[in-house]
Amino acid sequence: MNWLVNTLGSSIGKKLLMAITGLGFCSFLAGHLAGNLTIYWGKDAFNSYAAHLHSLGPIITMAELGLLFFALVHILTGTTLFYQNFKARPVRYSMNKSAGGRTIGSRTMPYTGFFLLIFIVFHLINFHFIDKTGTTIYQIVHSAFENIGYVVIYVIAMIIAAIHVSHGLWSAFQTIGANHVKYMPFIKVVSYVFSLIIVIGFGFLPVYLGYIA
Amino acid sequence: MTKTINLTLKVWRQKGQKKKGRLETYKAVDISTDMSFLEMIDVINEQLTLEGKEPIAFDHDCREGICGMCGAVVNGRPHGPEKGTTLCQLHMRHFSNNDTIVIEPWRSRAFPVIKDLAVERSALDRMIQAGGFISVNTGGAQDANAIPVSQEAAELAMDAAACIGCGACVAACPNASAMLFLSAKVSQLALFPQGKPEAAKRAISMVREMDMLGFGNCTNETECEAECPKEISITNIARLNREFYKAGFFSAEK
Repeated sequence: MNWLVNTLGSSIGKKLLMAITGLGFCSFLAGHLAGNLTIYWGKDAFNSYAAHLHSLGPIITMAELGLLFFALVHILTGTTLFYQNFKARPVRYSMNKSAGGRTIGSRTMPYTGFFLLIFIVFHLINFHFIDKTGTTIYQIVHSAFENIGYVVIYVIAMIIAAIHVSHGLWSAFQTIGANHVKYMPFIKVVSYVFSLIIVIGFGFLPVYLGYIA
Repeated sequence: MTKTINLTLKVWRQKGQKKKGRLETYKAVDISTDMSFLEMIDVINEQLTLEGKEPIAFDHDCREGICGMCGAVVNGRPHGPEKGTTLCQLHMRHFSNNDTIVIEPWRSRAFPVIKDLAVERSALDRMIQAGGFISVNTGGAQDANAIPVSQEAAELAMDAAACIGCGACVAACPNASAMLFLSAKVSQLALFPQGKPEAAKRAISMVREMDMLGFGNCTNETECEAECPKEISITNIARLNREFYKAGFFSAEK
């Protein structure tokens, strides 16, 4: 197993870990959003979606543990990369200028990532680790977003998530070696479209629940 | 009539590897816009020598943009602001009268400063050494095209082989990563049948050497490809990644 540690522990291996876990989170986001959209069909549709999801029992627990494992790998590898990359240039330039390669997303990856970690903990405390006896998930979510503070935090978090994904998605394809003349332009467009879907799809839900529903 | 400009230069001066450096200000007066950037520094150095001061140390050789010796970070951009240009091929006509120009050496833990703008780049040579040899038949020259290589592969390999090893990719990378350099060196061999027998060993040992030398990790910022004087593409980095996965996961090579 030494070869596996050597391969994954190398600079390219660490990138691979980031790419695979990152793509995992992108698929999770797509599924999470699809489920959340049931809110537009009303209270009952959303509650029934939640009930169906929870009726999966052990499958859901397995998925949760899988996500937790992915999160740990993503966070630990990301932190290692951040630290190593910082150390790779002990004397900084007194003047920095981009040649146009960097984007807001690529420039801020470690910081948006760290913010998202804090947001996810906050999000789980709000809606996951909460006493659900005598109430429904719709009521919990609805009453949370009557508070303007929650709406603002969630919308900002979704903008930050989109910035993170705008670099992360195409970058993951580049890292796994899927940079192809025919597909790369398409993959880059998909990254931006997917980021927009996250902002609009997730970001509008708190506004809808707080002010329209 | 030759146009001349006056400039203020802020140049990194550092007496030696262990010494502390700092930016010093010099006036460059009556600089012909037909001069190259290095010729402009030559003029400053003559002036400094006449004043009995130490001239600015910088690396250079062919001054034709093909050897890879020259290079400094000019106003935050390796090899200056022009695309696909080495510092020696950057002409002063791209600057305006009374500009202030900040000149710094390549910054990377793997490239310690020797003096002023000259940095130690043997880390790049060590990565190539780690790549080892490729097997080719010796003896009488074999027939041309005895080993078929497609025109497309030959072109891609030539694009990668255009790397002059100047180190601008490392200097430009926000993480001081050498992935563009290494990917060019791996790609120029990976695209040919001649390089195949050693492909797995080469990918693994070159990446391992790069990691040991203290370069950063690539995070696909793509600044390297934008600054490379030979405009080497990051598709080479994707190819290096594929070569490394093939070697790491599917070959018997450890």
